[in-house]
Amino acid sequence: MSVTAEQVESRVVETLASFGPDASQITRTATFEELDIDSLDLVELAQVVEEEYGVILKGEDMKELKTVGDAIDLIVERAE
Amino acid sequence: MPEPRQDGCALVTGASRGIGAAIAKAIARDGWAVGVNYHSDSASADAVVAAIEGEGGRAVALAGDVADAAVPDQLFGALEAAFHCPVLVLVNNAGISIDDLTPSLHDSDWDAVLATNLTAAFRLTRRALKPMLRARRGRIVNISSIVALRANPGQANYAAAKAGLIALTRTAAVEVARRGITINAVAPGWIETDMTAGVSTDLLSQVPARRAGTPEEVAACVRFLASDQASYVTGAVLTVDGGLSA
Repeated sequence: MSVTAEQVESRVVETLASFGPDASQITRTATFEELDIDSLDLVELAQVVEEEYGVILKGEDMKELKTVGDAIDLIVERAE
Repeated sequence: MPEPRQDGCALVTGASRGIGAAIAKAIARDGWAVGVNYHSDSASADAVVAAIEGEGGRAVALAGDVADAAVPDQLFGALEAAFHCPVLVLVNNAGISIDDLTPSLHDSDWDAVLATNLTAAFRLTRRALKPMLRARRGRIVNISSIVALRANPGQANYAAAKAGLIALTRTAAVEVARRGITINAVAPGWIETDMTAGVSTDLLSQVPARRAGTPEEVAACVRFLASDQASYVTGAVLTVDGGLSA
């Protein structure tokens, strides 16, 4: 699947913003902890990613993610 | 019959007879469109649908053996397509019993009971939580049994599955509580159904109420737990047993 990092970033930011934090705070270097994004939020993000890009992210994948950039990079890598 | 709810619909597994049929009818009276799941008895499922429609409610019969791993997706897909809304109420009621004393209980009887009574409930719960997490609300009610709490010789497989259902209920309830989703268990005692028809009535003497319960008495509790009013009840086990476990 051809998907650009920009497309993934846009979708990830949009999804994370729906969980509460202001979109302006959601930068690549922002940590999920800073954004108050919890494990259940990441489960929901994984659902969106699976539906949009067919990329399956398991719980163990999500545990490794610390920043928004980590998530974007993993999704782009898996979608290739 | 109240105004039909347009925001979501309800799925009751094993709803063609007994407690499941009573639950489907009771939930429909709160305006939910109900998916009446059944395994083999289509005539009885159709009768439940007809009874609900006869009271002005909405229902559809949905065939499927919940022990089949592919069935949860099929049931949810069919129900969402029939009523054009997400499933916001799930009642895991489907259950079977194959009784024998533990020394002579076969692997196949253990596996079959665990598959239908516990594993299926897990898979259906997992599937249900997707739309519920999105919607930030939802109700799941798992039909356990008093034998999960109080020994009943000859039912090691059934009791283990029903006790597992309580642990699943509590754990999942805590995981999703902050999303407005509640997950509770109802543990019926001696209830008059086809499933208990052949069992000795000697046990009734141990029931403080001195009588068997009815499917409708169980359904009334499930109806409450599935309602908007039960919003602060989660991870609970409600016994409906005439005082047997008191």
